[in-house]
Amino acid sequence: MVDLLTREAGGTTRGRLAPYTAVLASRMRAQRSYRANFRIDLGSSILIGFIELAEVWVLFHNVHSLGGVTFIQVLLVFGIADFCFSLADLAFGHCDNLPTYLRAGTLDVFYLRPQPLLLQLIASDISLKRLTRAAVGLTCIVIALIANDIDWSVAKVGLLALSVVSGIGVCSAMFVWAAGLQFFLINGAEMTNAFVYGGRYAATQPAAVWTRPLKVVFGFFFPMAFIAYLPVLQLLDLPGPEWLPSWLGWCTPVAAIWSWAMALIFWRWGVRHYRGGGG
Amino acid sequence: MRAGLRTYWRLLVAGFRQQSTYRLAALGGLIANATFGFLKVAVLFATVRAAGGQLNGYDQASMSAYIWLSQGLLGSVNLHGRSDIADRIKDGQIAIDFLRPLDVQGASVVTEVGKALFALIPRGIPSVLLGVVFVGMSMPSTPLPYVLGLLSVILGITIGCTSVYLVATAGFWMIETRGVQVLYMIVSGFLAGLFVPISLFPTWLRVLAEATPFPSMMMYPIDVLSGRADTFESLQLVGLQVFWLALTGLVGHSLTSAGRQKLEVQGG
Repeated sequence: MVDLLTREAGGTTRGRLAPYTAVLASRMRAQRSYRANFRIDLGSSILIGFIELAEVWVLFHNVHSLGGVTFIQVLLVFGIADFCFSLADLAFGHCDNLPTYLRAGTLDVFYLRPQPLLLQLIASDISLKRLTRAAVGLTCIVIALIANDIDWSVAKVGLLALSVVSGIGVCSAMFVWAAGLQFFLINGAEMTNAFVYGGRYAATQPAAVWTRPLKVVFGFFFPMAFIAYLPVLQLLDLPGPEWLPSWLGWCTPVAAIWSWAMALIFWRWGVRHYRGGGG
Repeated sequence: MRAGLRTYWRLLVAGFRQQSTYRLAALGGLIANATFGFLKVAVLFATVRAAGGQLNGYDQASMSAYIWLSQGLLGSVNLHGRSDIADRIKDGQIAIDFLRPLDVQGASVVTEVGKALFALIPRGIPSVLLGVVFVGMSMPSTPLPYVLGLLSVILGITIGCTSVYLVATAGFWMIETRGVQVLYMIVSGFLAGLFVPISLFPTWLRVLAEATPFPSMMMYPIDVLSGRADTFESLQLVGLQVFWLALTGLVGHSLTSAGRQKLEVQGG
């Protein structure tokens, strides 16, 4: 009897997830069908990681330290930020396609199906190449953890894990936040790119170099400094700059909650505002 | 011949007008440009300060000129590799384009140049003004750099279009070219000097960049326009741009003929 119950319960969860897994599996197969293109895709996503790192490295090639950190220290900031953003991009990056659906009126199809709109949008595609991006970030984290002189403790291991999980949360929230705004903007996706991709760029920087307005915008409103820079200050026992004391490194979960609250508010507003594509 | 030129002129104007309908998109682009601009100011100014106020000939004022001119050109110089012609090759409509009494490559490039020139109005000029007002920058005080600079900007934009056309022609053989396009996007921005001026690159990387057409799309026009290059150097840079324009144009021409033959063999 118990066995029957659990099997049934298992069956229903699987049943509920089945439409999503079917869509995801078909999308993965579709990506592999143009083989040459797929290989170039995978190769270029590794190259993206390297070139973004090179942009940081070229600056440090000219000077010893920037914003109070050396290259090997900023490598940890870059690694964590890149890893979090790549994983968020893997799950939520597809929200970027919303403007295309809105313009073409194909979003209405999603409304017809008996599943939550946001979940459908997330599950409508998954880009395998983004996994290789995450691998670049992870490699940077590992190298930087070995190369830096870290005074390890249980608390610091916990901090690292907490920051990575919350950091993925913050980055994911940016995609949903941006998607919510698309319902109002139509064709103005570049406006939200300012904080999604500008935020990504900001998250890899030593925030000590920022001016005060930037600290307000990317330190707190879009809390990009919390993803990697502030936790790294804590890990390496470095002092924080003006307005960004290093104890804030423990507050990445707060930043994640704040980002998701804003993301869901904008998403709900957007969905309610939508009047259909006239299809 | 005169009728032919008039057609291309009309395509240029059409491209320009087409872009003018996307006002909100232009505003969005400007906001993105400004955000990245201020982030670049923060990190590059810090680098100049860390180097003692002077870095490979850049001080803060000339670094600011580099930052805001590059942000201003970003909307016009195609560093993302996407073009309308790529879609037409993918879905086969290119076969119809070949039947028209127009050069396919010429028409595509001219339309894209028209669109790019329009972007200078809502995105290019305001980005530079933002830099002048909020950050301050050093600009030349004689007219010649502006005249040469304008020529260099137009050449840079056109090289961007002829190079992106090359990306699209890969579609004659590959069908799905998104991978090539993304590859182009990654490499072009870095080597064109979008985030860090190429004179801050280590020598080997700078030599590598200069062996590609990318610096001639953005870095050279900025060097000419900001007066970083003197008159003689500016003329050399413009000369290099003419070389890259001719080379990318010629390669595009032969790829177009080869692609057309492939289509005809397939009966497309």
